Amino acid sequence: MAKMNMIQALNSALDVMMERDPDVISFGEDAGYFGGVFRVTANLQKKYGLDRSFDAPINEAAIVAMAIGMAAKGLKPVAEIQFADYIFPGLDQIVSELSRIRYRTAGQFTVPAVIRTPCGGGIRGGQTHSMSPEAFFTHIPGVQVVMPSNPYDAKGLLIAAIESPDPVIFFEPKRLYNGPFEGHSGGALASWGNHPKGEVPEGHYSLPIGKAEVVREGKDVTVVAYGTLVLVAQAAAERAGIDAEVIDLKTLAPYDIETIARSVKKTGRCVVSQEAPRTSGFAAELAAQIQEECFYALEAPIQRVTGWDTPYPHAHEWSYFPGPDRFINAMNAVLEA
Amino acid sequence: MAQDAPRFHVPAPHARPGDTPDFSHIEVQPAGEAKRPDVAVPGMETRDLALGLIGVLDHNHQAVGEWDPKLDADVLREGLKHMMLTRAYDDRMLKLQRQGKMSFYMKSTGEEAIAVAGAMALDKGDMVFPSYRQQGMLFARGRDIVEMMCHCISNSRDNLKGRQLPVHYTWAEGNFFSISGNLATQFPQAVGYAMACRYKGESQIAASWIGEGSTAEGDFHGALVLASTYKAPVVLNVVNNQWAISTFQGIAAGDAPTFAAKGLGYGLASLRVDGNDFLAVYAATQWAAERARKGHGATVIESFTYRADAHSTSDDPSGYRPKGEGEAWPLGDPIARLKNHLIGLGEWDEERHVALEKELNELVIASYKEAESYGTLHDGPLSPVESIFEDVYAEQDWRLRRQRQDLGV
Ligand SMILES: Cc1ncc(C[n+]2csc(CCOP(=O)(O)OP(=O)(O)O)c2C)c(N)n1
Repeated sequence: MAKMNMIQALNSALDVMMERDPDVISFGEDAGYFGGVFRVTANLQKKYGLDRSFDAPINEAAIVAMAIGMAAKGLKPVAEIQFADYIFPGLDQIVSELSRIRYRTAGQFTVPAVIRTPCGGGIRGGQTHSMSPEAFFTHIPGVQVVMPSNPYDAKGLLIAAIESPDPVIFFEPKRLYNGPFEGHSGGALASWGNHPKGEVPEGHYSLPIGKAEVVREGKDVTVVAYGTLVLVAQAAAERAGIDAEVIDLKTLAPYDIETIARSVKKTGRCVVSQEAPRTSGFAAELAAQIQEECFYALEAPIQRVTGWDTPYPHAHEWSYFPGPDRFINAMNAVLEA
Repeated sequence: MAQDAPRFHVPAPHARPGDTPDFSHIEVQPAGEAKRPDVAVPGMETRDLALGLIGVLDHNHQAVGEWDPKLDADVLREGLKHMMLTRAYDDRMLKLQRQGKMSFYMKSTGEEAIAVAGAMALDKGDMVFPSYRQQGMLFARGRDIVEMMCHCISNSRDNLKGRQLPVHYTWAEGNFFSISGNLATQFPQAVGYAMACRYKGESQIAASWIGEGSTAEGDFHGALVLASTYKAPVVLNVVNNQWAISTFQGIAAGDAPTFAAKGLGYGLASLRVDGNDFLAVYAATQWAAERARKGHGATVIESFTYRADAHSTSDDPSGYRPKGEGEAWPLGDPIARLKNHLIGLGEWDEERHVALEKELNELVIASYKEAESYGTLHDGPLSPVESIFEDVYAEQDWRLRRQRQDLGV
């Protein structure tokens, strides 16, 4: 075991997998020599060579397409998109190609590439360094979508993503790269050093894709979250003294409906959450599915805690970001209903 | 109503419906004139080749110049046969589509040399990433015709389980990558594939084909950037058949010198060849493949040709180009030209040609009969309905399992 922040944990996952499997290679804009603008790929080029960890041209479509071509030939490419906000130039390659090649060739070709990308707000990133575009990807049949909320999960899930026979879009909440974040804008920066999930095995291990975890047990209300909001939801329940059960989804496609339904059937109340704008977000899918599964157990309408239906603002970041107060309001609303 | 003068330039073709076809603006460099450099030549030194036109067969159907690949008569006859089979197949499939036997079809009439010579000049182990108009490659690589037809009529033996539109073939065994409906996407994928071949230390290379209209897509640029940056062993072909559905090549910046010349800006070796000249296409592909295999990097090849028939069965060219334009095309017909070349060599004659034509037509008809015995799109049997939920992922997750139950299969 070692203390790692999320960056180190992700770097360790890449290191472990590159060590084990010569077919694993890593690339992206600034991801080679420099080791990535967030340092996730640091030292890999030095250790594994220029052709295993390299810089890519600034063309996200070409980065995804290169990964597709390489994966078709049997490599295990892990491509980095510098910010999730800039994945859209590569969207056609993801939607029309990466996700569909197994299907449209009836399994004759498979392209199990991993696309890593830092996402999410809370870092004064403004419109183009804060987005949470996961719902664009959960809407694509054929890709798995993963978003960890701590270093331990980040490493285990990235290893699982690299080992997955399917393509994976791997979102890394950059607000959590250096430490946990509970949604208090003014608070001091925390570190993963004292957090139990900052204890990370140095060697190989993996966490199952498609499995959620109950990270806080409770009886009164279920809160479903992923990424940064897992920590925000936990802190909000703590602060308000609400006996909430908080679920960290970890995988969005395919999401773990069993764990969610078990909890909601127990609590009878549910809050779903996402950083992204509300309309057609992933929380809408969760709410619809929970409603189908748990209708007779529900004692209140499901509440959504989300970003607003606006582009992500710069100056008013903390009025946009769904912080602990919005969680407390939502939990109270379902408890009072 | 009188129209104002346009405020910006919108290029227009030289002739529209009702006009006399006019190709007087097309300059054809005489066959045999182009120089054939060593395959290690720096990309920029191919400038003359990118702006000219590599041709081997001259007006008298004789092979001339440095690019003559000097192929055995057997190889030429094989090429001729694959091209004739491609045409016979296309003609038959069009008729069958008109009879309602399949939903859609796309012919490659006039472009057979590009697919067939391209495939023959590569190794069978090289991975091809074609567009929907290189069906000739499948014949050149020996794909079973019945299987091809089963795909087109989406029956129980369609190797794609009825998931793709007709002509969107995949044939992994023949190193024929999946054809996508999304234009140009496979161009940069081919580069990634080629990089992986080199990474694995294999001599295999990759090649891809797109139409000149599709060069306007960002993926064309992306492919050239990747190919140049990583010196990938890939051959990037632009099939300039003058038309992208109803838009002439000028709408894809084709009035700028040539499509091949675009490769020069990326430092890539760039060739422009007579796409209706089997020998020229063969020679250029062979040159580019050798260059790639020896580690000198990628080549862009523009094959200059003409889309002799409609874009697809959903298209009627009489709405945008003059009748008879195909006949006026200065580079002639690829099958007729190779046939005449072989006859000139004393290696072929009219009787054999007619007999082969008949034999291939019969083969195509018999193949369709057999294909139909495995089902048709309208009357089935198709692949089992539950197969629509297969191959989305390696394993079906709960969402797909439940949806399958919802469908009751
Ligand atoms: C991304 C995308 N845009 C539009 C289309 C519709 N479309 C299909 S074929 C075609 C024309 C392509 O022309 P060209 O690249 O010149 O190839 P050709 O058909 O002449 O072989 C168009 C616009 C498509 N399939 N994909």
